[in-house]
Amino acid sequence: MAFDLKINGQNRQVEAEPGTPLLWVIRDELDLTGTKFGCGVASCGACTVHVDGEPTRSCMTFVEDVQGSDVQTIEGLDGPVAKAVQDAWNELDVVQCGYCQSGQIMSAVGLLSGNPKPSDEDIDDYMSGNACRCATYKRIRAAIHHAAGTLEG
Amino acid sequence: MTIQTNRRNFLKGSAAAATALVIGLNSRGVLAAGSSGAQLNPFVKIGSDGTLTVVVKHFEMGQGTTTGLTTLIAEELDVDWDSVKHEFAPADGKKYANLLFGAQGTGGSTAMANSYKQYRQAGAAAREILIQAAAQKWNVDPETVTIESGILTSGDKKAHFGEVAEIASTIEPSKEPRIKGNADLKLIGNPNLSRKDGYGKTNGSAQFAMDVKVPGMVYAAVIHSPKFGGKLTSFDAAEAKSVAGFIDAKAMPNNAGIVVYGKNTWAIKQAKDAIVAEWDFTQAETRSSDIMIAEHLKLLEEPQYSATKTTDFKATTAAIDSSEQSVEAEFVFPFLAHAPMEPLNCVIEPTETGVRVHDGCQFPGLTQPTVAAITGLKPEQVEINTVFAGGSFGRRANPTSDYQAEAAMAFAMLGGKTPIKMVWMREDDIQGGYFRPMAAHRVKVGIDDKGKIAGWDHRIAAKSIMKGTALESFAVHDGVDHSSVEGISDTHYGIPGFSLGLSDFVSPVSVLWWRSVGHTHTAFALESAIDMVAEKAGRDPVEFRLELLAGGDADQQRLSDVLKLAAEKSGWDDPLPEGRGRGVALHKSFGSYVAEVIEVSLNDGAIKIEKVTCAVDCGIPVNPDVIKAQMEGGIGYGLGAAMRNQITFTDGLVDQDNFPTYEPIRMSDMPDIDVHIVPSTIAPTGVGEPGTPPSAPALANAIKAATGLRVTRLPLAENGVEFA
Repeated sequence: MAFDLKINGQNRQVEAEPGTPLLWVIRDELDLTGTKFGCGVASCGACTVHVDGEPTRSCMTFVEDVQGSDVQTIEGLDGPVAKAVQDAWNELDVVQCGYCQSGQIMSAVGLLSGNPKPSDEDIDDYMSGNACRCATYKRIRAAIHHAAGTLEG
Repeated sequence: MTIQTNRRNFLKGSAAAATALVIGLNSRGVLAAGSSGAQLNPFVKIGSDGTLTVVVKHFEMGQGTTTGLTTLIAEELDVDWDSVKHEFAPADGKKYANLLFGAQGTGGSTAMANSYKQYRQAGAAAREILIQAAAQKWNVDPETVTIESGILTSGDKKAHFGEVAEIASTIEPSKEPRIKGNADLKLIGNPNLSRKDGYGKTNGSAQFAMDVKVPGMVYAAVIHSPKFGGKLTSFDAAEAKSVAGFIDAKAMPNNAGIVVYGKNTWAIKQAKDAIVAEWDFTQAETRSSDIMIAEHLKLLEEPQYSATKTTDFKATTAAIDSSEQSVEAEFVFPFLAHAPMEPLNCVIEPTETGVRVHDGCQFPGLTQPTVAAITGLKPEQVEINTVFAGGSFGRRANPTSDYQAEAAMAFAMLGGKTPIKMVWMREDDIQGGYFRPMAAHRVKVGIDDKGKIAGWDHRIAAKSIMKGTALESFAVHDGVDHSSVEGISDTHYGIPGFSLGLSDFVSPVSVLWWRSVGHTHTAFALESAIDMVAEKAGRDPVEFRLELLAGGDADQQRLSDVLKLAAEKSGWDDPLPEGRGRGVALHKSFGSYVAEVIEVSLNDGAIKIEKVTCAVDCGIPVNPDVIKAQMEGGIGYGLGAAMRNQITFTDGLVDQDNFPTYEPIRMSDMPDIDVHIVPSTIAPTGVGEPGTPPSAPALANAIKAATGLRVTRLPLAENGVEFA
């Protein structure tokens, strides 16, 4: 059946079965492949998108539940917090394989949007749902602090 | 994989590749008509606007090849770092072989080691002919032509590379082009070069195979036997028919599984779960982990093979029996899954001349012939489009090219006309085998009245990774699979009365190299046992190791140096407050020397890993920041597995299925890591794997120091250690 979605500020109509995870609608139907499939059980965070500004695991979110919501993917990430985070990631060369990093960045933007100056402990708590098998965590932590510093001015 | 001891054999089989270290000087040529750029050799492309594109022969799984190999050529050509582009090489074993393997592929932490001279020479050769071309164009002496920031200059004449590339492509470079002297290096050793793959991986634009979509593509998943070695007897897909987007399900011709076809990934996932299959388990693994462990321990009693030339168990036993004191320990290691972040997948599509495979392809030299054989093509008809790989840790370098072979089979079974995207779910990955083998070690050490080692009896049991594969003849000698004993059979500690035995565990469970291969267990057993001996002898662990390395050879010197550096930087000799403990471990692997000191804290009985101090000697540090990143990641990978990862079996069924039961290391587990690189002018060696081996034993030694508990079975969390 048809669903009307708002993705990255654009209205998009997609054909999907009710119960289809938002992840697969985004990736297979809308070809927005920056959002990644890692586990399918909301355990790794690679599929993190923003739904009305809140970091959300798209692999466990049904397409019917985001009608009327604002969905933002890594491709549509915009604004000063996003820029500070992405710049910090590049400045500190956080990435290795890079497959989890869209999700890491979506979560980091979520963290800094609600908590402009997180402690190490805040970061550990907030980011623990985002797995990185390359274990780039040390640099992710540092990059979040770096971005917080940039935003503080 | 480690093939160090057998590299010569590999080279024999590929004399052409070896002598042409070299750059395939005959493959120059002007690019497609209409372009005024040129490919000056297999590794150097010049665009019409002068842009340098480096052709990278090793895939990028995060280890930094797109940065590292690009650095080497950009250095020789004096190009601004930010302007250099890169692309992955096509499948072509003649031009792009790994010079240490004699075939095109990445592994064994060899990407920089085998490419260093080749890529620098390719850059130097291109520089030479670009300068000559400019001299020709301007009718000046080549000696007057200089290059700065990618611009050729002579007097008041200036040109970018693109303006002389066509002329350059007609000039024959000298056989041994002169590379820069160390004093002139600007990019090699520069700690401030940004990663080449960083930007695309922070905005979602980087393309992994999972992101590839071609017109008319059908999605495919495979249902594998739930027990290793099982064969499909029948299946019922009735329930799958009600899944929207389900297309069909077909038994694979070898009865290894069922291919499920669908219109999208969600359809194949649901259909896969809805299909009921029956299997013949007559030849399958049906044992449980506790039985497998007991069988490994039993195999230690009578080693099948002597793993060193000097092994003499009778003499060793006599030496131990007549010693003042002795230490004895049994070590047990579980099967481990690699669990790269990107579940295994690839796309195969028909072309006019054959097929094209889009893959984060680690070993084109194996994948190309494998796909060709299944699809009835010649290897050269199989084109490989290498894209970014979302991690590997060894999993994608598979002698059977398992997931690519499944994609080729699924493609052929559908008639060979429809593009197929083969996707493994995370459950397929965790339960799909090619695990780090389970292993057991037994160590007995005699200590004389002066506190010195008198004899060391070491036995290992593990399933061989190499036996039965195409690599057997290279890696197995006199029955000993080097990858089962590496790190101990070739230890640089001067240990008198040393005997090493090996027995092969036999099982249908498939096994494979896992980041640092045999060193994953040998370093743990050896470095734990060294600490146990030092403690028994009343010696400081660092001092004791240095004494065992006092023989004066170059390896011992480099090991001693990294050990001293890590000890110094970690404040090894400074007293620790109550509730803290430090542990050290030292190991050489893949030609690199790494020492790690780990500090842990103990609060309410729970261990927290506070800090890791790492010292590494990997020869010339080409990209210091990439080296640091690989040490950080290699340490994290090793610590996570040591803390809590295991693949276990109940009656042949894998007990774990996804991250909730195979919990990866998380942000909150990650310690601070401080990496120190030893300056060097020796040829570079690997960094992708060598950070991993010392991490687990350094942690176990730190836990012993903090709690008094000596843990010799992994994972630690299942064997008496509570983590905060």
